[in-house]
Amino acid sequence: MHELSLCRAIAGVVKSHAGERRVDVVRVRVGALRQVVPDSLAFCWTIVRDDEDMPDAELELEFVTAEVHCLSCGKQSEIESRFSVACPQCTSADVTVVHGEEFLVTSVDVT
Amino acid sequence: MGRFHRHDDGTVHSHDHDHDHDHGHGDHSGYATGTERIEVLEAIFAENDNRADINRKAFESNGIRALNLMSSPGSGKTTVLGATLDELAGEFAIGIIEGDIATDLDAAKLAGRGAQISLLNTNNGFGGECHLDAPMVNRAIGGLDLTALDLVIVENVGNLVCPAEFDVGEHAKAMVYSVTEGEDKPLKYPVMFRSVDVVLLNKIDLVPHLDADVDTYISRVREVNPDAIILPVSARTGEGMDAWFTWLRAFVR
Repeated sequence: MHELSLCRAIAGVVKSHAGERRVDVVRVRVGALRQVVPDSLAFCWTIVRDDEDMPDAELELEFVTAEVHCLSCGKQSEIESRFSVACPQCTSADVTVVHGEEFLVTSVDVT
Repeated sequence: MGRFHRHDDGTVHSHDHDHDHDHGHGDHSGYATGTERIEVLEAIFAENDNRADINRKAFESNGIRALNLMSSPGSGKTTVLGATLDELAGEFAIGIIEGDIATDLDAAKLAGRGAQISLLNTNNGFGGECHLDAPMVNRAIGGLDLTALDLVIVENVGNLVCPAEFDVGEHAKAMVYSVTEGEDKPLKYPVMFRSVDVVLLNKIDLVPHLDADVDTYISRVREVNPDAIILPVSARTGEGMDAWFTWLRAFVR
């Protein structure tokens, strides 16, 4: 259900830029900390694109690895875990997320 | 960065796009001529966030503070709200926006306890939305007399995933997390636990009957959210609830 809502939101952004033109490709950037299941998003897109009158639009996902800046040890690190944003160097949870929360339409191809 | 996409024949794959569009995955007629790439760079939640700002302004122009209350199903949100109304409805005017996929059972439990209630069922479309978003809350605001209120509490749909993503125009987020849910939940649903200002650790009256340790629950929340205020409570017996009422009083003022 969640991914269906997300696909509707994606289609809304696309339409506001594409206008009446045919949409061929939609590129979406997703951070690792977003709770997006790629398979589910891709499947929901195949339903939503028909409903939103862009049946040819192919969805391309670009993933961004999570990265945090640790306020305890001062280091910036990539996060491997999907369950915690704690600093991998010193295990502190006092971190600022630098990357991983992205969720945006980067570009669309139209004809 | 890997790219992942699904083709019309159902195949799904991931590959790097360091080249432009001449990559021969099936028939992309129209790719070679007349295709234009539009740079968008627009957040997918931008429209929701705009609408959330409209809600927030509606609250603020009426001097209202708004709280988004979230949790998994069955954690005790409605019981917490009932106890909250019984304690505070005489002190300030409270409006409840009650989100449920279906039924008015929760709204009925809260009726007659001194609050305005606006019920919002989300079961239109694909079997029911799993969260409240800003446009839905905007519709529910129409069911409240904002000029008469000091505090609006949005009781979100019971779900630890989706509600965390959607700003509905609140000034703070709180969640109810009960000790019957297991101490691993902050690690499994970090987006929700990181998003909140307050965690009500509910059902502590059941601790003697469970293999549960309150300190472990608290430290697991701390692992993902060092700044959250964590309040161990039992909405049923009232234990610990004074700390919650104190927090709410300070929030409203």
